[in-house]
Amino acid sequence: MTVKKVFGRPESLCDVPNLYCSGCGHGVAHRLVAEAIDHFGLRDRTVAVAPAGCSVLLYDYFDVDSIESAHGRALAVGTGIKRANPDLFVFTYQGDGDLASIGMCETIHTANRGENLTAIFINNAVYGMTGGQMAPTTLLGQTTTTTPNGRCAEMEGAPMKMAEMMATFDGVVYSERVALYDPRQTIRARKAVFKAFEAQINNEGFGFVEILAACTTNLKMTPERAQQWLVDDLCETFPLGVYKDVMSGAKQESVASRESVGATAGSGSVKHAD
Amino acid sequence: MNTVFTPAAQRNGKLTLVQGNIALAEGALHAGLDCYFGYPITPQNQVPEYLSAKLPERGGAFVQAESELASINMVLGAASTGARAMTSSSGPGISLMQEGISFLAGDELPAVIANVMRCGPGMGGIKPTQGDYYQATRGGGHGDYHTIVLAPASAQEMFDLTYQAFDVADTYCNPVLILADAILGQMKEPAVLEPPYERKAIKKDDWSLTGAAGRKARNIRSMLLAGDDQEQLNYKLEKKYERVKQELPMWECIDTEDADLIVVAFGTSARISSSAARLARAEGLKVGVFRPITLFPFPEEALRDLASKVGKFLVVEMNLGQMLHDVRAIVGHDIPVSFYGRPGGGVPTVREVLENIKESVS
Ligand SMILES: Cc1ncc(C[n+]2csc(CCOP(=O)(O)OP(=O)(O)O)c2C)c(N)n1
Ligand code: SF4
Ligand SMILES: [Mg+2]
Repeated sequence: MTVKKVFGRPESLCDVPNLYCSGCGHGVAHRLVAEAIDHFGLRDRTVAVAPAGCSVLLYDYFDVDSIESAHGRALAVGTGIKRANPDLFVFTYQGDGDLASIGMCETIHTANRGENLTAIFINNAVYGMTGGQMAPTTLLGQTTTTTPNGRCAEMEGAPMKMAEMMATFDGVVYSERVALYDPRQTIRARKAVFKAFEAQINNEGFGFVEILAACTTNLKMTPERAQQWLVDDLCETFPLGVYKDVMSGAKQESVASRESVGATAGSGSVKHAD
Repeated sequence: MNTVFTPAAQRNGKLTLVQGNIALAEGALHAGLDCYFGYPITPQNQVPEYLSAKLPERGGAFVQAESELASINMVLGAASTGARAMTSSSGPGISLMQEGISFLAGDELPAVIANVMRCGPGMGGIKPTQGDYYQATRGGGHGDYHTIVLAPASAQEMFDLTYQAFDVADTYCNPVLILADAILGQMKEPAVLEPPYERKAIKKDDWSLTGAAGRKARNIRSMLLAGDDQEQLNYKLEKKYERVKQELPMWECIDTEDADLIVVAFGTSARISSSAARLARAEGLKVGVFRPITLFPFPEEALRDLASKVGKFLVVEMNLGQMLHDVRAIVGHDIPVSFYGRPGGGVPTVREVLENIKESVS
């Protein structure tokens, strides 16, 4: 009898145990990105940029060339790499503190220039690495180590919606928000990463994927409870869906897609228009 | 003199009347600049303006970044691929870059940064200064590291030292800072805009990020969490800085052989001091000038040598005494070192320096 291998470690992921907490979204997100690198045969020309944040250890897990960046500067570093060598495939992998707070200026301008690279944005609604402080994406009412009474809009502002914001820039050709909470959504997330990668491969411009993920440790939740929080709370504030797709061959009016998805987000059975 | 790099002293060739900032940009182009990233700030705007036209013509990349934070990190990204990358700025912009410069040093990436100094502190103004000497020579950002600092004193050296800076950066895998000022940036002077020597071909394919085709994946980082790796990185850097101190010091001695008093000054201050020293000689005073061209590494041995023969020193700076402390530490407490300087955009006049020379000699 011949045994056919149907599932295994992506080649561009190293065969080492990862040190992320159990239930952390980074592990799954890494896998999806690695699968995309394998699928498009990009391993030999990829440079990954990992800024400060829990995923700064990314280079221990990915078997591709990589560089560490200062907190918030991943997209500037990525711009430098890509402008110096446009043949390289460049992706950044950034947390919410990194991309939406300290690095917001770089985020907006890199998107607006339409740099031909891909930003993978892990929104876990906290600063994981530094111990669970408030992030720009922390939910209203969510307690963190710096919002002991819960985030309040009057004092701390409302959560920032990056996938929506990215869609407003002419340089962005693809922007989608996905979530890692069940196999269906994980497959959807995988597709989104593939799409954003394709945008760069085809030299179409900036691709953006916001991945809602759980930081179990700072939520102080079991992986199971954290998944439920993702569905019930995070998706409620951050509706899933494609916010922009102007890639060649795009079938869908992005607004329609967003609306149909937004209406059902949080129910656990997200419906996409595509 | 040093063994690896020497200043281009006598230049033969066609003289062009050129502004310092343009000479600097031309020096970079002749060195094979691949990428420039920068944000506008006076008094260095001619550098990005000039390169925005010239660099793309030669197939290079020019990006006006959204801030100096972005420009220095774009430089870092480009440098990591093995490209020759630079930025330029002044005062507040250079302050914003310090984190990135620390990363370049920690990552051992070659890059060139030009600081056309304007007066501070704070927003300050666009007048010239040498108030960034400490920032430039002490590291400026966080951690134990040094940038290599080259201090031009003419349009010719804006060209020559910028040209050389790329070879120096590549040789030592370290950021190199050109420390000029508003006068050197804005002033027009005749200069030969031809390379002072043939560009060094320095291999980068053993560390640059090119995609891991046919080899193991590489990573460039300065965050080393395992064991005492971070401590070891610092020892490694220190070893490199020792090599730099051995090989790189550059300086100029003007009329120092028979001098009773030596004025120590760099950049614009050295130009002013040389004029004052000539006038002093005309009045029968034996005065020379010692001009450090590298500020890190400071030409310690050369100065110590002079101190064994000369009784008195005068330090002249466009600040309130920064290099002064290095000079005092080198020549020792037994030798009198006096000081004249003006901060905040004040430029010492030749007369003022001459008076200070006379006071210091007597
Ligand atoms: C300039 C600077 N400020 C602060 C820090 C400390 N710091 C490291 S990671 C981080 C926040 C990370 O949060 P996020 O980007 O959301 O990533 P996560 O760990 O949640 O994946 C902070 C504040 C730093 N490294 N550099
Ligand atoms: S602290 Fe949070 S983000 Fe960091 S590894 Fe743990 S679960 Fe993941
Ligand atoms: Mg986070």
